[in-house]
Amino acid sequence: MDFEKISSIPPFSLGKEEKEKMLTKRLSELTEFHRKNCPEYGRMLKSIGYDEKEVRSYKDLPFLPVRLFKELDLKSVPEEEVVKTMTSSGTSGQAVSRIFLDKDTSANQQKTMVKIVSEFTGSSRMPMIIIDCPGVIKNRAMFSARGAGILGFSIFGSKRIYALDDDMKLDVGGLREFLEKYKGQKILLFGFTFMIWQFFYKELLRLKEEGITFDLSDGILIHGGGWKKLISEAVSHDRFHADLKDICGIEHIHDYYGMVEQTGCIYMECECGHLHSSIYSDIIIRRGSDFSEAPAGEPGIIQVVSTIPESYPGHSLLTEDEGVVLGEDDCPCGRKGKYVKILGRLKEAEIRGCSDTYAAK
Amino acid sequence: MPLSDDILKRVTFLVGSSDTVSRIGDVTGIEPFGEEVTEFLNDVSRELLKSPAAKGYPDVVTFGFWLRKASVNKLKERFVTDGRIRLGKGVVFHIAPSNVPVNFAYSLAAGLMTGNANVVRVPSKDFPQVRIITDALSSVLERYEELKPYVICVRYGRDSEINDAFSSVCDMRVVWGGDNTIAELRKSPLPPRSGEITFADRYSLAVIDSDSYMSAEDKDRIAQDFYNDTYLTDQNACTSPMIVVWTGSRISDSQEIFWGRLHTLVKEKYEFKPIQAVNKLTKSYLASCALDTGKISHEDNLLVRVEVNELTEKVIGYRDNSGFFFEYACSDIRELIPICNDKRCQTIGYIGDSSVFMPLIASKVKGIDRIVPVGRTMDFDLIWDGYDLPSVLTRTIAVE
Repeated sequence: MDFEKISSIPPFSLGKEEKEKMLTKRLSELTEFHRKNCPEYGRMLKSIGYDEKEVRSYKDLPFLPVRLFKELDLKSVPEEEVVKTMTSSGTSGQAVSRIFLDKDTSANQQKTMVKIVSEFTGSSRMPMIIIDCPGVIKNRAMFSARGAGILGFSIFGSKRIYALDDDMKLDVGGLREFLEKYKGQKILLFGFTFMIWQFFYKELLRLKEEGITFDLSDGILIHGGGWKKLISEAVSHDRFHADLKDICGIEHIHDYYGMVEQTGCIYMECECGHLHSSIYSDIIIRRGSDFSEAPAGEPGIIQVVSTIPESYPGHSLLTEDEGVVLGEDDCPCGRKGKYVKILGRLKEAEIRGCSDTYAAK
Repeated sequence: MPLSDDILKRVTFLVGSSDTVSRIGDVTGIEPFGEEVTEFLNDVSRELLKSPAAKGYPDVVTFGFWLRKASVNKLKERFVTDGRIRLGKGVVFHIAPSNVPVNFAYSLAAGLMTGNANVVRVPSKDFPQVRIITDALSSVLERYEELKPYVICVRYGRDSEINDAFSSVCDMRVVWGGDNTIAELRKSPLPPRSGEITFADRYSLAVIDSDSYMSAEDKDRIAQDFYNDTYLTDQNACTSPMIVVWTGSRISDSQEIFWGRLHTLVKEKYEFKPIQAVNKLTKSYLASCALDTGKISHEDNLLVRVEVNELTEKVIGYRDNSGFFFEYACSDIRELIPICNDKRCQTIGYIGDSSVFMPLIASKVKGIDRIVPVGRTMDFDLIWDGYDLPSVLTRTIAVE
């Protein structure tokens, strides 16, 4: 089953059984493909005694911890076919993931993202405001997660501006001019959750006191990157929505969950505030005690599967995030598939022992 | 950096005060295992063993027992033997590891028994055990006015100026906490005549003779012993075995029973967080790429076993904690040379006969400081990590 065929199916159209059948076929094939083409992956599967005959569902397939992509160069295509290497944005000193893309995988990532996002924004392109600085994508050779997110979403923009300069200051004049020019049109805004709050919302708040306001009630905002920093500032999901609406009138706000290791298959927040898995991917919640699947309502470790990765063995991954499945096929928004809530990073364990752990501090 | 008021203001005293510590330069070393110290420790032992608060902490109780007069006298018999005149070196500055609650107390007691005044930096984390022990010390010290400058426990954050100050007045510095902490403390100079004992990052192993194991009566006891050696400190103490080496003729029978019993116990007692499962899975996959591994048993995440077909020094780099064991079936004890020939190799916990290790030691390996039965790898002794503490913490007076 090739990806071409899968990508022709609308993203939120399959019910549980059909989706499971399709995923099981595609993901088993990918497992077999990577086993043959990525030597390290092959050794890993051998070490756990993997036997494809025992696989009844895609849920039975092995998963790799995402951290392995920081420790090893895992790829299933010859070096010369790699057209892009994506890296995760780690804080300085930390190792970063390296994801190797060939032409097909890279193209399929983009195609998939368009399909998913269009379900929320409509299929036509829009003037786009990127709430970040242009500097973040300058180095095209090494794509950071932030840069990759921006470039990925840029295909939805007919015209684009960066709202911030390289000192992270709001370009008030540029923004005003842009909004003037495209007045009455639907505008797409994109950025990272914390950046939006810190450098956009807070600046708009300050400008309001000076009597300068912006009307973004025709805007649709897509943001990702997680809530960790905002939670530490006591900014909840509801406050984020309410305060942004208050300051610039924006009402359509969609969070998304995604990672550089499975670019393309993002989980978009619907009108009901739920993150949805499309048919191209899925989330399985695993218990820490034995990696068995946790039922809806029980929080656990997030496993993600994606039908895209061919150039690297990243089709089934165990993240270090915690989440919970809220339901399947029955979200009031009408989209089929699982819908989930992300609870943040897994809590660190306080390991005893004689050697002090300096890195953690 | 002198012990100025400005520095002492940043120090919290759990035992003693800025007043006692500022006079520490005048304190002299005393006779090792002297009567007053022995009485003092015995009183501390009583205080701990009768304390309702201590009952919930087996590590505090064990420490209490170790301080009893009978136990200290036994140590005296072992270490005061040659008729030479010895005195404590003077002032010992101890840096305790941050994530083992009672280690600071053993370090302090060793310094005190050997006749020294002690300034002990306790873990920054607020373990209840630390408070129970320091409270007992303070209360008993009220009756031992003269010992007050000999028993000082302090707490402070990472502060190199305070490290400098205590280092500048000590005769010996005892640094626990591993390589990073040692590197940190080495930035603080010591006076010319002062010395240092460092407890660096180490790893340990277990060697089980399958025939001895199969004939052992109490296999549940062995499971408990091994649990104490490993899971009790998240298998992350320097003494916790990272690898289990099997010898003898009944290896597979032994493995099944040994791991089965251990697993039952772990399931019952061990507190386990999901991130530990992710860490162990990551490590086992990394090991499978880098080492000649056999089967990885991972039926549940509490206990992960990685069989290796060859014992090479590479195995050491893939060790993990929280119940992650390499396993090796061994037919000749000298197969252990590659993993013992490393200065970081510390303890061998064994089941069977300790004499089997003699050929290993005779092969002149760089490592192995302790060979103790399974269940006793954590037992503190005055010979630790290759150091004979009563000898290192005292000075010997030559009289002719």
